[in-house]
Amino acid sequence: MATLLLTLFIPLAGSLLLLFFKKDNIQAIKYTALGISLFTFLISLFLFFSFDSANPGFQFVVEMVWIQAFDAGFRVGVDGMSMLLVMLTTFITPIAILSSFGSIEKRHKEYYVMILLLQFAMTGVFVALDLFLFYIFWEIILIPMYFIIGIWGGKDKLYAAIKFFLFTVVGSLFMLVAVVYLGYYVGSEILQMESGFTSNFLIIKDLGSAIPYDVQKWLFWGFALSFLIKVPIFPLHTWLPDAHTEAPTPGSVILAGVLLKMGTYGLIRFNLEMFPQASMSFASIISVFAVIGIIYGALVAMVQTDVKRLVAYSSVSHLGFVVLGIFSMTVEGIQGAVIQMVNHGLSTGMLFLCVGVLYERRHTREISEYGGIARVMPNFTVFFAIAMLASVGLPGLNGFVGEYLTLIGAFKSPILNSYWYTIIGTTGVIFAAVYLLWMFQRVMFGTNDNPKNYNLKDMNKREWTMMVPIVIFIVWIGVYPSTFLKISENSTRLLVNKIELLKFGKSTYELPGYENPAEKQETE
Amino acid sequence: MWNDLLMGSPVYLSAALAIIIILVDAFSGKNKSLTFYFALVSLIAVGIMSAYTINMNGQPLPEGAFSNGMIAYGGVSAVFDILFVIAGILTLFASESYMRAQNVERKEFYSLILFAVCGMSTIAHANNMLILFVGIEIMSITFYIMAGFFRERFTSVEAALKYFLLGAFATGFLIYGMALIYGATGGLLDFEAIGAKMLTGNVDFLYLKIGFALLIVGLSFKVAAFPFHQWAPDVYQGAPTMATAFMSTAGKAAALAALILVTKAMLPMNFDPALISDKIIEMTDFTSDARWLIAIISALTMLVGNISAVVQKNVKRMLAYSSVAHAGYLLMGIVSNSINGWSGIVFYSMAYMFMQIGAFVVVGIIEKNDGRMDLKDYTGLSKTNPMLAAMMGIFMFSLAGIPPFGGFPGKYMLFIAAIESGFTWLTIVAVISTIISIYFYIGLIVFMYFKDSETPMTEKFGFSKATLTLVISTIFVILLGIFPTYLIDLVKGLF
Repeated sequence: MATLLLTLFIPLAGSLLLLFFKKDNIQAIKYTALGISLFTFLISLFLFFSFDSANPGFQFVVEMVWIQAFDAGFRVGVDGMSMLLVMLTTFITPIAILSSFGSIEKRHKEYYVMILLLQFAMTGVFVALDLFLFYIFWEIILIPMYFIIGIWGGKDKLYAAIKFFLFTVVGSLFMLVAVVYLGYYVGSEILQMESGFTSNFLIIKDLGSAIPYDVQKWLFWGFALSFLIKVPIFPLHTWLPDAHTEAPTPGSVILAGVLLKMGTYGLIRFNLEMFPQASMSFASIISVFAVIGIIYGALVAMVQTDVKRLVAYSSVSHLGFVVLGIFSMTVEGIQGAVIQMVNHGLSTGMLFLCVGVLYERRHTREISEYGGIARVMPNFTVFFAIAMLASVGLPGLNGFVGEYLTLIGAFKSPILNSYWYTIIGTTGVIFAAVYLLWMFQRVMFGTNDNPKNYNLKDMNKREWTMMVPIVIFIVWIGVYPSTFLKISENSTRLLVNKIELLKFGKSTYELPGYENPAEKQETE
Repeated sequence: MWNDLLMGSPVYLSAALAIIIILVDAFSGKNKSLTFYFALVSLIAVGIMSAYTINMNGQPLPEGAFSNGMIAYGGVSAVFDILFVIAGILTLFASESYMRAQNVERKEFYSLILFAVCGMSTIAHANNMLILFVGIEIMSITFYIMAGFFRERFTSVEAALKYFLLGAFATGFLIYGMALIYGATGGLLDFEAIGAKMLTGNVDFLYLKIGFALLIVGLSFKVAAFPFHQWAPDVYQGAPTMATAFMSTAGKAAALAALILVTKAMLPMNFDPALISDKIIEMTDFTSDARWLIAIISALTMLVGNISAVVQKNVKRMLAYSSVAHAGYLLMGIVSNSINGWSGIVFYSMAYMFMQIGAFVVVGIIEKNDGRMDLKDYTGLSKTNPMLAAMMGIFMFSLAGIPPFGGFPGKYMLFIAAIESGFTWLTIVAVISTIISIYFYIGLIVFMYFKDSETPMTEKFGFSKATLTLVISTIFVILLGIFPTYLIDLVKGLF
């Protein structure tokens, strides 16, 4: 319990601590930030090892009264799904900070304050069990990310920062209306509480299916719009390439690594859990857009001349798989989606790090500027290749596991009930191979005929330190994914069980060792 | 009787001290700071008396009325008093250094603050149309003078004249509305009596409706709601910045207090089932018409205010339009006509006061006396003065309603209230206009943080009393954002 609070609040404390540092004391600021994020990771490991993966419910739950008047509480806890994402956050942040050492050249103090604040808010999003609290964390993220893109970004940073902010805010404000309406509906109409209002997710999640479909569908879209923009799904994705391209390397790493996962996480945690009927009826529409996103993202990525933009569009494509997996509403699909969230964080995060390594040396990201880099930077080539292949979905590396599971899920999904999603989606895997391998070939192989590239230095110690841990996890998940899959398995089963009971009256999945609350209700 | 006097002291005390301060000013001679400190002590005294009349345990003291029921005491009126006093103190601190920077060191300004507080507190305590009218006039006349305080400057005089002429029109509507209500109810001016008579007695609903509409028109002028907001941008821009800060926060809160009092009494929500059925129909008809009228004003105010603010190049003007838009949000609470709505208004006004006054103090500091108020004058502020830029950033995020700052819980409460009362569409309009507003709020941040100035401001801003206002405002904007519960619970317990 205390470990969860520590994981959440250490970054916040750290960012406040940094405020007291002298502006010119850059070294101290850098290493303190790194130290804080590493310490947070260490604490989160304790959390991870004391997590009971057999229990499908929320663990380490802390509930505190916060704003009594509208029953908003400080309620946090993790289940299998959020556990993995919290770990992803605490794992990616130190790496992002390490990569900042090379790419951030001005206003260091403000930067590291922002990064730690961002970590605090991201962790908060994944652990919040209260809609009001969730919304607060969700919005706090905007502030540091906006500054990170806007101050430390590339040449069109202003445009990108404002676009990022406006897109996200449009979604989240509609979510706010949905949060308020939902809280009112559950509080007044269903529970008839004295306060007339609640934002307690632990209560709402079990009552969601009691909301009439007519109300559910509006609430569903209120939440979904916000999450789908964050994912981002086609055609709401246009902010992403700009934000990614203009953000500094660590910004892109965090954006790809964690921020986009907030959208997909939200879809599972809130949409599927609270509005199962509406989710079922809109599953095919959203899946259609997910599949379009897979193909569209891949096709657009293919024609990019900027490496970073290419990776950004590849994110649009990859997250299509995640969304498809989620709305297949099968255990395989959702499990695949969860592991694919982690995978995408690792492999795309690493791709961005690699682009950053190149950019720090040459200050350009144009593919045509490179060629034959493999000869001068052999070690870097290996890491870049691993990241690229993981992203392609090579069996044995992490990407394969996730994509395979999501596609299987979509294939056997009784709710989507069509093979076409899988068939078209699978071609996205082929496209991914095409654009990523082609990009890799143009950048790394061929002749090194640009004089500026003759004497590029290979990776330094710091860059080794950022890449090696990611590679370890990429291979680990690829070879033995069940270490991670089993963490979220029971939580997923519980969710799918609930959905299937609603739809078919029986479920194909059982929950070993734990009583199924839904069935228990029926027998009573 | 002694109890009545004690409970009503915020009204009397502010009136008496406002008059005394003129004498203090006249006799203080060369002692420059005496008036300032007297004003400060007076405001604190009024604040303490107000705090005494609300029970801090959240339980209201027995609310009551005196002067033949014309002036109410305790309850939410006292919370409003405290709001006015805080706004007064913040303005007082901020205006001293501002006036010096502007080379206009005339101490009447402090007495005007006290007179305004007196007027506002009379409004908040009104239980009768006449008292309400007297309060509104005391406040308005003070504001006319405040707007024209820089009498040597054309803009300031223009602001005062515009404000005065349009304000006089508004007064006309207001008094005409009151007269019609008086006639329609057969000679009633007390709020509660009017409400009671509407339910039971013989009331001419046609004239009542017209009267109510005119009353709303008059009050809409005072809160600067569409389409009666036209004066606000010009006046807010032309008036001395600290006067604007005060008028657009405390003045708006006072006008909203009046709206709460009037609508609460005149739009009863729970009718006695024993009433004859056509009476119920008439009453429902009246309340729903009235609420729709205010809802439409509210929706248009939010949209027009924010859309107009987007194109402004002048920061003060931008904040003026944004203040119009905020009036729209606040009116949502009146539309919902419920405890949640009213307490939402009080909470939001309180948060709005801190962020708006804070923002205007920054404007005042940047303005100096060469009138730098354009967006481009803020370029690179984060480098030349990071603290000032950070505070302004917080005020902007808070005004935009982004957590974890004070503007957010207020908006949340108003959304809850509107949705509860079936005005979900109004919430959606509010959301859309908020999205528009974010563009210009973060636009200012863009100038402060993302752009590098060609001619950076070199002078440092030293510590002054204005810094105190800034620090207090920042602290409260953050505190109200993270721990809103104390204020919410206090306010909710009072209705």
